[in-house]
Amino acid sequence: METQLETFETNLGSVRTAVTRTSPAAFQETLADVIDESAIGAPLPFEDVTLEGTDVVLEPTPDQLREAACGVTAAALGVADYGTVVLESTPDGAELAGLFPDRHVIVVRERDLVDDMAAVFERLGERFRDGNGDAVLATGPSATADMGELVYGVHGPRETHAVVVEDAEE
Amino acid sequence: MSSERSRKAERIRHVMETEGDSVERNARGFNEGRYESVARLEDYDAYKDRARAIKEDAIERLPELIEQVREAVEANGGTVYVAEDAADANRYVRELARERDAETVVKSKSMTTEEIDLNEHLEDEDCEVWETDLGEFVLQVADEAPSHLVAPAIHQSREEIAALFNEYFEPEAELETAEELTAFAREYLGERIEDADIGVTGANFVTADTGTMALVTSEGNARKTVAVPDTHVAVAGVEKIVPTFEDLQPFVELIARSGTGQDITSYVSLFSPPVSTPPVDFDGDEPIADEPNDREFHLVLLDNGRMDMREDDQLRETLYCIRCSACANSCANFQSVGGHVFGGETYSGGIATGWEAGVHGQESADEFNDLCTGCSRCVNQCPVKIDIPWINTVVRDRRNRGAEDGQFDFLVEGLTPDEEPAGLDLQKRFFGNFSTLAKLGSATAPASNWIADTLPSRALMERLIGVDRRRDLPEFERETFVEWFRTRDVPRPVDADYHAVVYPDLYTNYIRTDRGKAAVRTLEALGVAVEVPDVASSGRAPLSQGMIATAEDHARDVAADLEPYLEAGYDVVAIEPSDLAMFRGEYERLLDAERYEALAERSYEVFEYVYGLLENGADPAPLGRADDAGSVGSDIAYHSHCQQRTLELETYTTNVLERLGYDVLTSDVECCGMAGSFGYKSEYYELSVDVGERLEEQFEASDAADRTVVASGTSCLEQLDGLLARRPRHPISLVAPDSSG
Ligand code: SF4
Repeated sequence: METQLETFETNLGSVRTAVTRTSPAAFQETLADVIDESAIGAPLPFEDVTLEGTDVVLEPTPDQLREAACGVTAAALGVADYGTVVLESTPDGAELAGLFPDRHVIVVRERDLVDDMAAVFERLGERFRDGNGDAVLATGPSATADMGELVYGVHGPRETHAVVVEDAEE
Repeated sequence: MSSERSRKAERIRHVMETEGDSVERNARGFNEGRYESVARLEDYDAYKDRARAIKEDAIERLPELIEQVREAVEANGGTVYVAEDAADANRYVRELARERDAETVVKSKSMTTEEIDLNEHLEDEDCEVWETDLGEFVLQVADEAPSHLVAPAIHQSREEIAALFNEYFEPEAELETAEELTAFAREYLGERIEDADIGVTGANFVTADTGTMALVTSEGNARKTVAVPDTHVAVAGVEKIVPTFEDLQPFVELIARSGTGQDITSYVSLFSPPVSTPPVDFDGDEPIADEPNDREFHLVLLDNGRMDMREDDQLRETLYCIRCSACANSCANFQSVGGHVFGGETYSGGIATGWEAGVHGQESADEFNDLCTGCSRCVNQCPVKIDIPWINTVVRDRRNRGAEDGQFDFLVEGLTPDEEPAGLDLQKRFFGNFSTLAKLGSATAPASNWIADTLPSRALMERLIGVDRRRDLPEFERETFVEWFRTRDVPRPVDADYHAVVYPDLYTNYIRTDRGKAAVRTLEALGVAVEVPDVASSGRAPLSQGMIATAEDHARDVAADLEPYLEAGYDVVAIEPSDLAMFRGEYERLLDAERYEALAERSYEVFEYVYGLLENGADPAPLGRADDAGSVGSDIAYHSHCQQRTLELETYTTNVLERLGYDVLTSDVECCGMAGSFGYKSEYYELSVDVGERLEEQFEASDAADRTVVASGTSCLEQLDGLLARRPRHPISLVAPDSSG
């Protein structure tokens, strides 16, 4: 039997998203390998990993947003059955950092994986009912077939890369 | 009349030539993707049922849900405006633009704003409006209307888009590849988005409990349209509301699969605006996050006829539609011509009849309503299980009733014992009363065949009623199937376990009597006591012309004629699949429940029945087998009839043939293209042949070229007969014991 994490990885692969597994301790080192210069991002809402102290610019200006090659943002959930990640908007612009640059690096924690869409809607329902909620279920890079062939990177990223932070061994 | 027909034929031919290839390639690609993708989805049927139930409930409670949306959106800090009609909606958005001195408005794809022509109204307000969806952008540049619900520029090839862009934008280096075109559009539109004062989106769904817009997209333009400008206007039909956030789930699983055949699109955005992302002022140089987040959000809920549709028992189902385009992609006629022929002012494909009739008025459905042949292939493809052909039939009927007095009505008097208003189109009346014609033709055969086939009468038929002279006419038999049975001198099985009426449909009774005889011999060989009484025609012919009252009359006659047999324990075996589809499908709408159920539960397609007999232990020994079929050979190429496939009956024929030793190859194209009277009509003849050529291609391919061609439906047989050199046969003729009986 495939584990949930393996299913997630397989499905990310089939939606053209590369995956790198890492641990909280090795996170920043791993990240340095997968980002392109110059990178922007939004603070990660996680305790054990952070973008502070990396090359990622966390409070980009409009120019930096326009020029950045790479954006790093967190995913609230990962959906194993689809290879989908749930991206939430934040006042510090996570949505923008994940949308404008050519390459989107998504940080997702193993503990935030769910099996399927039913689980996603169950989790988000409460959150949305409690007040403003915004979430994008993102699956692979942006794409269009409107120009006669499938092309990636239209208004959104051309490449997506998931960094999966494994749960620490108990 | 005839010049109108030839103009229509000319227009169809032109679109087939210029747009047909692109539409066909793309629509069939989506369609094949859909088959694969839904097959991967566990519980596909359960999802469809849930989706349907949610929509039924939502439309039922719509007024209440609109108020709930209002509360939820206002609690989030947005505004809701319910616009009565197009003018009202446009005025509202225009005023917003004026208040904001908006110079640039960017839009993401929205059919609802197409419906109300929002762009033109904003341009009148001196706004520059840009479509950021690449397909819509192409159309904006080309100044064309969408030809597909999901992929609006489906009719344009890459080469055409490249030529268009090179001419319009005069880029430094000529654009050629899809990559280059996309990069160019991205850059160009990126600048428009940076400048935009207002972002306009549609919404695929709106949830009443949380005030969330769900936007299903792949390009990322909708996200940018929402995120960058500080004012967001979403325009959505009131029918887009679903009660709860969790209700989105089945639709998220179904919508992309049904439309383009992807499991899910790149983005499903769930926004409860105003969104928390800070707006971006690209002229500033402060960090974006420091900008005060003073976003504004307006949701314009559009009525524009929808609340009336909700009150209309026949059109209400249209409001369940999630505009996925599965019906269009699976439609054989759509695959040939796309939405520029098979569509109205805004919406396209089969369900467009309902939409156009509801939002633009019935006459806007006139142009293309006939293109639905009622083949029913779309019904099982629709994720909310809408009976699309029925909506087309209803609109056709209403248009018939609105018709002016006809000039030539006297010509078909006597041929038209129908319930329809004077002035009904002569061609429709002719095909709708085919049963009377068949009776007359058979009574006077072979003279009638000979006369009908002379050149002057073909020319007259073409001119007056639009029967295309390139199409062979059916030849009436002098002795009907019913008469043959009545005068036959063959001992009946005694103590039979099964009793069955073989239903003498119009074609079997008057034209293809052989297949009726073969069916009788087959059933008798399997020990069934058979009767072939004189039973009224099913009403399929008038129904396809939108003559519902006449069809209802037929249905009542059929039920009355068969009632004594049903009471005596007979089953009803139908040879013509479109008639069986009437008994099991449309009769539910034409008869009272009791009579409908009595007939529907006891009627079978002939191979379904044979299969059942064999499963229950009947001995197949007397039946014809592959090894003794003489000239037929054991290799068969089989085309099942559309309605037979919708009823999931195809396997019975292949199964029985295989048991008898035949090697069966089946066609997988959507339809043969003839679909009853459609292929006879001079304005549609070429389209019908174009559709048929896809089937011809399969049966001329090397793996099928030497096989005996068999088909179940009359119109399929006639179409194949016209297209192939081999003469196609009905499968029952291969199975029946030899014809001494
Ligand atoms: S009618 Fe059904 S299949 Fe057609 S677009 Fe609407 S939801 Fe899709």
